[in-house]
Amino acid sequence: MASLVRSFGDRSLRSLVDLDRGLVSREIYVNEDLYKMELEQVFTRAWLFIGHEAQVPNPGDFVVSRMGEEEVILVRDRKNQLHVFLNTCRHRGMKVCRYDDGNTLVFTCPFHGWSYDTDGRLVGVPYFDAAYKGDMDKSEWGLPEVAQMCNFYGSIWATWDKGAPSFESYLGPYSDTVRRAFQSSDGEDNGVELFNPVYKWRIPCNWKFPGFSFDGDRAHAAMTHRSINVAAIGPQGDAGGGSRAPIRAPFPYTDYEMTVPELGHGGHNAIYEQPGLAEYRDTWFTEPGVDDYYRAMREKKREKYRGQYIVGETALIWPNVNIQPHRILIWHPHSVGVTESWRAYPIDRMAPQHVKDAQRRYMMRYGGPCGLTESDDMENWNYASAASFGTVAKRYPYNFMMGAGHAFVDEQRAPGMTLNYEVAEENQRSRLRRWLEFMEAGSWEDIYPVNPVSPSAGEATKSKSKVES
Amino acid sequence: MLTENEQGVLERLLLREEIEQFYYHEAALLDDRKFDDWINLIADDIHYHMPIRRNVKFGEQARENTSSLNEISWFDEGKRTLAGRVRQINTGIHWCEEPFSRIRHLITNVRVVGVDGDEIRANSNFFVWQNRLQDEVNLFVGAREDILRRDEETGWKIAKRLILLDQNVLLAKVITTFF
Repeated sequence: MASLVRSFGDRSLRSLVDLDRGLVSREIYVNEDLYKMELEQVFTRAWLFIGHEAQVPNPGDFVVSRMGEEEVILVRDRKNQLHVFLNTCRHRGMKVCRYDDGNTLVFTCPFHGWSYDTDGRLVGVPYFDAAYKGDMDKSEWGLPEVAQMCNFYGSIWATWDKGAPSFESYLGPYSDTVRRAFQSSDGEDNGVELFNPVYKWRIPCNWKFPGFSFDGDRAHAAMTHRSINVAAIGPQGDAGGGSRAPIRAPFPYTDYEMTVPELGHGGHNAIYEQPGLAEYRDTWFTEPGVDDYYRAMREKKREKYRGQYIVGETALIWPNVNIQPHRILIWHPHSVGVTESWRAYPIDRMAPQHVKDAQRRYMMRYGGPCGLTESDDMENWNYASAASFGTVAKRYPYNFMMGAGHAFVDEQRAPGMTLNYEVAEENQRSRLRRWLEFMEAGSWEDIYPVNPVSPSAGEATKSKSKVES
Repeated sequence: MLTENEQGVLERLLLREEIEQFYYHEAALLDDRKFDDWINLIADDIHYHMPIRRNVKFGEQARENTSSLNEISWFDEGKRTLAGRVRQINTGIHWCEEPFSRIRHLITNVRVVGVDGDEIRANSNFFVWQNRLQDEVNLFVGAREDILRRDEETGWKIAKRLILLDQNVLLAKVITTFF
């Protein structure tokens, strides 16, 4: 197969992505060379979601995570500092950790016995004095650590690129959305923990099928999910026609696709006609007592946000994580035709047990590989991907025309965002535009904007966010 | 004339035979896609639980399988949700089972491990083959730990089922069958 990839900085990729017309070559979803290039150009540069500090509450606690195709370890060292390390011994490459999570004093490689402290330092090498005779400086052979890590209100993010902008700049106008997603339901920052463990499963499709679709493909729902209401999996059970979603009582609103084209982030979000938060409406008819908790929490949050317009409840943060209240969806590239999907569920840390149980059971029956809603997504991504590899199939571009040319801005009500009708492919076109920029760029300096000023990065954010690097 | 000992052996054999036949019948209902008949074998108070299997350090096996009390599992539900799954498959527009996969349940290693009034505890292993469309294949191997309750209509009802799937990262895109 002739390589499509000639050199970094090559503009020939532009022939594959025509965003003005909304036409995108299937090559970018099926081509092995482009996939390998993505691992370098996208996944070693972008800020990626790692996990949550509550997964590792005590010194020595660790949990494995993933960046692109590669396994990393999120660990809290003995001085209470968090680190993200590549899970590979510097000697011969063996995984130094083969457990999903746990607590340890050191990571000892089972191959030759090199051992690393929880802060990454190489502290033990068999035959060090007798065989190396002082020729090796252990301080140069610690575990590979990410270039930057950010603890953003409890959520942990990292990048392998020291030239990447700060995480808040990377989020831009969507930083408040991510911040709120890690609040408890009364609006307190860093108010959640994650249910353990994280779902992990393989989907036979390119990672961009779920990654670029989620929070950007409302058109799929009516057809893909036609069968779900009969199962009545929502908290309200059979009431309301068996909807899978909770009953809400929002203010009058209009839904839009809402994206930040220069950053690649985007979500389906509402612009409300009035400020503040709507009253809570009971929905947990199948689980007694749960509404009482959420109603009381909502009242506190309404007080907090009184007079403020809330814009942006969910977002796909470029390139591969969707942040929503109560769920975090991550699509790791596994091979050109396989995605390893991860799913984490935040829950109010202080919620009583019956609320945690109700929310946990709802999430388990809703999503993931055994959830009733998303199983049909998996079938569609699977066979859309499979039917795109063919020699003839690749002559036909994907159609991303929906709403192209009809985007608009509303700087007053949705600053920094580009809007389109609620069923559009604006968010997906944004992701593809950002994809092209990352794939063409020689370094972060080429990826506009290098360091945009976030209109939402207020003083509170700066003082409460602990940024470690 | 059987000795008391032989009588005991015979009773155990007959009970195991009855349980094996019940499991083969259950498997046939699933493989023949008679899901309404299968859900009729499920007790109203069933706990149907398939934990996630963790990779844990030696000595920490107690937390190898996720807990139904406060952790995430592949399945952790009662009859209401199971019945919802059956209704969804029976719509004909549940795309990940439309058209139907070819699924075969092989049930082995059946052991009756306890009898308590009209309830028995039985363990078994399963090998489930799924072939979908042309060449999609998913294999599910594991063990089940059941509580079965005597029932006038169906012989037995499944009152509790713990399913230990021998996988960590789930290698199938979805699980659409029952175990």
